[in-house]
Amino acid sequence: MAVTKTEPINGSTTKSSAPPSTSMPLKSDLLSILSLKSLRLKTKQQELLIRVSILCLVYVLAFITRLFSVLRYESMIHEFDPYFNYRTTLFLTQKGFYEFWNWFDSESWYPLGRIIGGTLYPGLMVTAAMMYWGLRFLRFAVHIREVCVLTAPFFASNTTLVAYFFGKEIWDTGAGLVAAVLIAICPGYISRSVAGSYDNEGVAIFALLLTFYLFVKAVNTGSLAWGLASAFGYFYMVSAWGGYVFIINLIPLYVLALLITGRYSMRLYVAYNCMYVLGMLLAMQIRFVGFQHVQSGEHMAAMGVFFLMQVFYFLDWVKHLLNDKKLFEAFLRITVTCAVGVGAIALGVGTASGYISPWSGRFYSLLDPTYAKDHIPIIASVSEHQPTAWSSFMFDFHILLFLFPAGLYFCFKRLSDATIFIVMYGLTSMYFAGVMVRLILVATPAVCLISAIAVSATIKNLTMLLRTKSKVSQTGSTKGTGGGKTSSKAMLDQSQPFQRNGAIALLFGAFYLLSRYAIHCTWVTSEAYSSPSIVLAARGAHGNRVIFDDYREAYYWLRQNTPPDAKVMSWWDYGYQITAMGNRTVIVDNNTWNNTHIATVGRAMSSYEDEAYEIMRSLDVDYVLVVFGGVTGYSSDDINKFLWMVRIGGGVFPVIKEPDYLVNGEYRVDKVCSPPRV
Amino acid sequence: MSPPHRVNPQPLSLSPRQPKDPTTTEMARSNFSVLTILSVILLLPVLSLSFSPDSPSDRRLLVLFDDLSLQSSHSIFFNSLKSRGFDLDFKLADDPKLALQRYGQYLYDGLILFSPSIERFGGALDLAAVLDFVDSGHDLIIAADSSASDLIKSVATECGVDFDEDPSALVIDHRSYAVVGIEGDHTLIAADDFIESDVLLGENKIEAPVLFKGIAHSLNAANNLVLKVLSASPAAYSANPSSKLSSPPSLTGSTISLVSVVQARNNARIMITGSLDLFSNRFFRSSVQKAGSPKRYDKSGNEQFVAELSKWVFHERGHLKAVNLRHNKAGETDEPAMYRIKDDLDFSVEIYEWSGKSWEPYVANDVQVQFYMMSPYVLKTLSNDKKGLYHTSFKVPDVYGVFQFKVEYNRLGYTSLLLSKQIPVRPFKHNEYERFITAAFPYYGASFTMMAGFFIFSFVYLYHK
Repeated sequence: MAVTKTEPINGSTTKSSAPPSTSMPLKSDLLSILSLKSLRLKTKQQELLIRVSILCLVYVLAFITRLFSVLRYESMIHEFDPYFNYRTTLFLTQKGFYEFWNWFDSESWYPLGRIIGGTLYPGLMVTAAMMYWGLRFLRFAVHIREVCVLTAPFFASNTTLVAYFFGKEIWDTGAGLVAAVLIAICPGYISRSVAGSYDNEGVAIFALLLTFYLFVKAVNTGSLAWGLASAFGYFYMVSAWGGYVFIINLIPLYVLALLITGRYSMRLYVAYNCMYVLGMLLAMQIRFVGFQHVQSGEHMAAMGVFFLMQVFYFLDWVKHLLNDKKLFEAFLRITVTCAVGVGAIALGVGTASGYISPWSGRFYSLLDPTYAKDHIPIIASVSEHQPTAWSSFMFDFHILLFLFPAGLYFCFKRLSDATIFIVMYGLTSMYFAGVMVRLILVATPAVCLISAIAVSATIKNLTMLLRTKSKVSQTGSTKGTGGGKTSSKAMLDQSQPFQRNGAIALLFGAFYLLSRYAIHCTWVTSEAYSSPSIVLAARGAHGNRVIFDDYREAYYWLRQNTPPDAKVMSWWDYGYQITAMGNRTVIVDNNTWNNTHIATVGRAMSSYEDEAYEIMRSLDVDYVLVVFGGVTGYSSDDINKFLWMVRIGGGVFPVIKEPDYLVNGEYRVDKVCSPPRV
Repeated sequence: MSPPHRVNPQPLSLSPRQPKDPTTTEMARSNFSVLTILSVILLLPVLSLSFSPDSPSDRRLLVLFDDLSLQSSHSIFFNSLKSRGFDLDFKLADDPKLALQRYGQYLYDGLILFSPSIERFGGALDLAAVLDFVDSGHDLIIAADSSASDLIKSVATECGVDFDEDPSALVIDHRSYAVVGIEGDHTLIAADDFIESDVLLGENKIEAPVLFKGIAHSLNAANNLVLKVLSASPAAYSANPSSKLSSPPSLTGSTISLVSVVQARNNARIMITGSLDLFSNRFFRSSVQKAGSPKRYDKSGNEQFVAELSKWVFHERGHLKAVNLRHNKAGETDEPAMYRIKDDLDFSVEIYEWSGKSWEPYVANDVQVQFYMMSPYVLKTLSNDKKGLYHTSFKVPDVYGVFQFKVEYNRLGYTSLLLSKQIPVRPFKHNEYERFITAAFPYYGASFTMMAGFFIFSFVYLYHK
């Protein structure tokens, strides 16, 4: 039964004793209140109540598990990009939407400036500002920083709800609940959604999963309303994160797979056309995306599939009209050839004339992991763009990594439109997660869902075994999706004597694994993912915590001691933080839109002092900020990043050659260090 | 001076002059950006004790001698300075109480080193102190002679000129020597190869040659701030007159400079010469006849030459200031915080020259303004109204970014004007484009007929059965 199978999972995964202890009294309450009612109704209500309470608890759990960083440090914005997001949100709340939309920022990318409104995904800022305005409207005097800090946890909570509904859609409620619990504490997701990590991904994963859920719902129901809803979900995703490209490629791929496997249906036609056409029109409203949907190579697959659908529909109609099979086959041949020919010509002409832009470097590097390393050092230099190590898979997924193939097995066993989708989502995102560390994030929901199917299906089967043995009389009342199958299994089971003991052992094993998962997740969250990285903490010699707040002190110094229009040159990592905290103009920042400009800075950093001086004069630089971690043993300082400055500089200015900075092929900073280094 | 210019870590001794910069203060008066005001507030204490920006001429001079007899032998020069209103303080170069500054503030505006043989200054003065003095925008006159010490030579080297290494060498010229009674060794030179500059040497042409007796120096090729004011004739060379020339002299011809001036980037002015006698009463009074020339002048050109050049050195001439740098959109008067691309704008700046007593309008037709972002996008020559107001108007280029109005005016002898003012240029806002484009009317028509057609079709399809 649903009650018994979900409750222990929840109890074990949340690691707290709260769910069993609360749900048990609730159950008894319910029993006492509803004792007069019929048994069947009572079970159903019990189930609903427990399900809702579990979901509520998971919702809260997902939020509070992300608050470690606030407790450890303080309510502050983490890392690099979030500072930019914070600054823009602040601007949005102060100046209003239109000013934000037209914002030309002269404080970054000196002297080029940056059109902020046209070069960001406004979804996150608008979301946070709406929440802020909403809270203000309700007379909660919150500071915008608090809202920004807690946006990611809040959306992580919402994601658990979406995961529940998604799981329910593709498998059953049990799988949905397990998925909600798994995703609530999965480290792969927590890494980008702890309190203070105010980044696009925080809301984007919610939007991603929501879009997928709504699309699958639309495919399952064939309803225009769900298709419309998924288009809006897609719009939100586009407004929030550049990762929407994954959606606009995965969904056509999925549709294509369905077409090829002969699962074409009217439901699919309605869902995809509605979602694509409306989603595309809506997405064009985002300034940063603009006409990319019709002009960029990355979006052409979706358009191709869109036209293919029309051809398919047309053929279906012709087939319906023509009774002659031979005639239809001839017609089919001609139409398909024509359609493919026209498509190929259109694509060729579009690409050749430059109307359709080629794939971007990031997209290439996804398909070919070595591409960025050879061609675009600026992409390769970012640590989160590195290929993923096995250990980080284990770190981020723990037992999900083993449950994932099992879940795939269950999915294949019960193939439907929905399970095909989740399988494709899982497999493609796992591949991308292997290419880039940060795409583990995209894979996390899929992995959680598929693993949830595995957990749910396994435990359901096992408990079913126990129940058929002990309460044969009650088997009849078993409801749920797998009723027919289990009864046949039960017949089989009676011939195997050790089945019951084995099932109990396996159940305990599963619970043990899940409880280990919960412990692992909490440990990872508290130890690894709750560090703001702008404030460093270390263990002193006596085990006491030492806090290094040097970054913020440095930015504060800049704010207090330099002229208001001073230009600060630093490596681009620190650009956002200098503008947000130091309030000074920077030459380059983390929005790496102009490679030449970054290369100029890289050149200035890696040339001799007199040459560097000339370059800096030409950029009107007043101050140079460099980070040295030699004293505290902080490893990601500018000396560590120096080779990237050389590589990126050398990419544009061939005067700079990497071998000049190496001694015997080694990079060293000691006495034998190479001559050109400043 | 412009804020970006202030950060100028020039390794040479000639780095920017903050305290004495009259442009900065004048700009601040005309309520410019917060920054300028801020920088002026920082500089204010220094300014108040230095000369005032309204009258940038020097007032207090320190003169250092090897021995005090020079005071009388060079009295004409000193008296002319006094009569021009300078406050001279004569000291021995090894005076133990010597100090240029007290409590961090300079006591003098200018320094005259008439102490060629001093090996070591007295008191708190040393090479670094002299260079700091110049670095903070003060003026300097160095006169050396054949007894020039290493100290004086190194001061000169820091200023961009190199005296001849050979301590016994003098400038010898067998062609343009000054004719005196007896046939000498031709070390008394009648030089008339002046720089052509009214700013440096005054509007009255110096007719008589200048008498010179002393050592040669050459300009440091790496230093582009130093100028030869009086150079030797092509036949001159630098050697020991009493010994036979065994090897070719190291300095020959017109590479030899007799008098040089430097105007540093901070507008500190320096005059260097290898002849202390150039300033002496004897040379001032003596008559001169250049060898090979029939004409004999009753009075040498020294007095006029030294007087005019000292006017320049002590900022009585050639000192410009640029004030009231203004820009606004065409048709408006207020200065905007930001321009939009393709805006029309007016730009104006006022430039004055210090005449020694008052600020006179500076009239020139070659002042240009740049609209600059990494490279000049607009370069316009400013037209002036003869009253010091320079004006132009132009269209902002179709490029957004952080631009600067730059006026960079460097003319021989004049203080360099380096003004820049930062102004961002933004692209169009979303509602600044045309709302309806004529070219798009077919598309508007298409979409509306499509809507109407769909409505009619639905109506017919649904209800016509």
